[in-house]
Amino acid sequence: MMVRIPTPLRSYTSEQSVVDADGSTIDEVLMDLDRHFPGIRFRVVDEQGRLRKHMKVFVNQDSTRHLDRSVEPSDEVVIMQALSGG
Amino acid sequence: MADREGTVLTIGTRKGAWILSSDPTRDSWAATGPHFLGHIVQHAVLDPRDGRTLLLAMRTGHLGPTVFRSVDLGASWQEATAPPAFAAGEALERSLNSVFWLTPGHADEPGVWYAGGSPQGLFRSEDAGDTWTPVSGWNDHPMWETWSEWPEENTPDGSMLHSVIVDPRDSAHLYLALSAGGVFESVDAGTDWKPLNAGCEGFLPEPDAEYGHDPHCVRLHPLAPDRLYQQNHCGIYRMERGEGRWVRIGDNMPRDVGDIGFPVELHPRDPDTAWVFPMDGTDVWPRTSPDGRPAAYVTRDAGDSWTRCDAGLPPSAWFTVKRQAMTVDDRDPVGVYFGTTSGELWASPDEGSSWKPLLQHLPEIYSVECAAPFTP
Repeated sequence: MMVRIPTPLRSYTSEQSVVDADGSTIDEVLMDLDRHFPGIRFRVVDEQGRLRKHMKVFVNQDSTRHLDRSVEPSDEVVIMQALSGG
Repeated sequence: MADREGTVLTIGTRKGAWILSSDPTRDSWAATGPHFLGHIVQHAVLDPRDGRTLLLAMRTGHLGPTVFRSVDLGASWQEATAPPAFAAGEALERSLNSVFWLTPGHADEPGVWYAGGSPQGLFRSEDAGDTWTPVSGWNDHPMWETWSEWPEENTPDGSMLHSVIVDPRDSAHLYLALSAGGVFESVDAGTDWKPLNAGCEGFLPEPDAEYGHDPHCVRLHPLAPDRLYQQNHCGIYRMERGEGRWVRIGDNMPRDVGDIGFPVELHPRDPDTAWVFPMDGTDVWPRTSPDGRPAAYVTRDAGDSWTRCDAGLPPSAWFTVKRQAMTVDDRDPVGVYFGTTSGELWASPDEGSSWKPLLQHLPEIYSVECAAPFTP
């Protein structure tokens, strides 16, 4: 399926904003991303398997924090993050 | 043996890293950077054992923590394959927010590094920082929840584990410090730990509290490894390990300056010489220099007396020097360096007698470390 990558993570994807990944859940998609782009998952998901506080995942237009949410090959997964600070 | 080049300073800032290299005389400096612009670099450390492995403790505002490695002084970087992290599925469900501190291991253990984190975890690498594992003897110690700030982290910017020290005589003899929490010691390679805070005064109502103190920076002298110096939230201390009690040598500082600060740095060849950079611990603790007049202070008699070192520094300024942001080289005379929260890097080529700026207008400086690289 198509996965949209935010700018802070594009150093892992050779600056690609959209990549392909496989999986039947968000967690599996992130695992597959990590196989292709090593290190990307831990920047998004902590060691206890929780989506990091300021990261967001959308399946199509639905926001979810549940990594076990099922996804279909036709879905679009969007990874987003807040860009606060200063 | 490889040939020695100049001195290298590795600078960690709130928005990236810089690397400064000098000629052998330290008269001329060249900077590269920013490396990882926009990333928070808490600590940048070049391995003194091989003179080439440089580790950065990094995160961004929201991405998870990681470590990046370079073996060519920043020309290329590789991310750690397995960055520091607590054990997956552990009972406390801790998640590492940041890697705060990096310490190369013992000279007889090439490739070993330690990392301190926030929350206050300890992590170890045996492959020059590529893969890291939690040090269970600390992270899962039965007293960890009592000694550490957990689950509430009361320290601004998070609680920190810092000042990981390896005894040069014994790789199994370790110290670490918690802000807040205190100083702790292990004599069995981190399997078990005991508090080492006797003599510390401060804000705790109990006169000789075993833990709960706030060491800001602890250093061990490599040539006198039974001597420790500590810049604490509440004063400057020295311990002769055999005595096992901290002595407040900051009482010998001028009264109008006080002995509050973040860093303490040691002369590489003289265990009686140390530098501190006092800050204002009055009123609401602005942590700027007392009276807005920046100065380092040096002792050459193990803390019995202190001398002000401010020649060349601005007469009035309002910056802070953080705990990792002061360092020394091993030249003769010793070079002393510090970075400020206002993004200036200062150098003294003569042990603090005079100062000159090396860099200005950087982001807030979190760390300044010094190492001598070696050519292959």
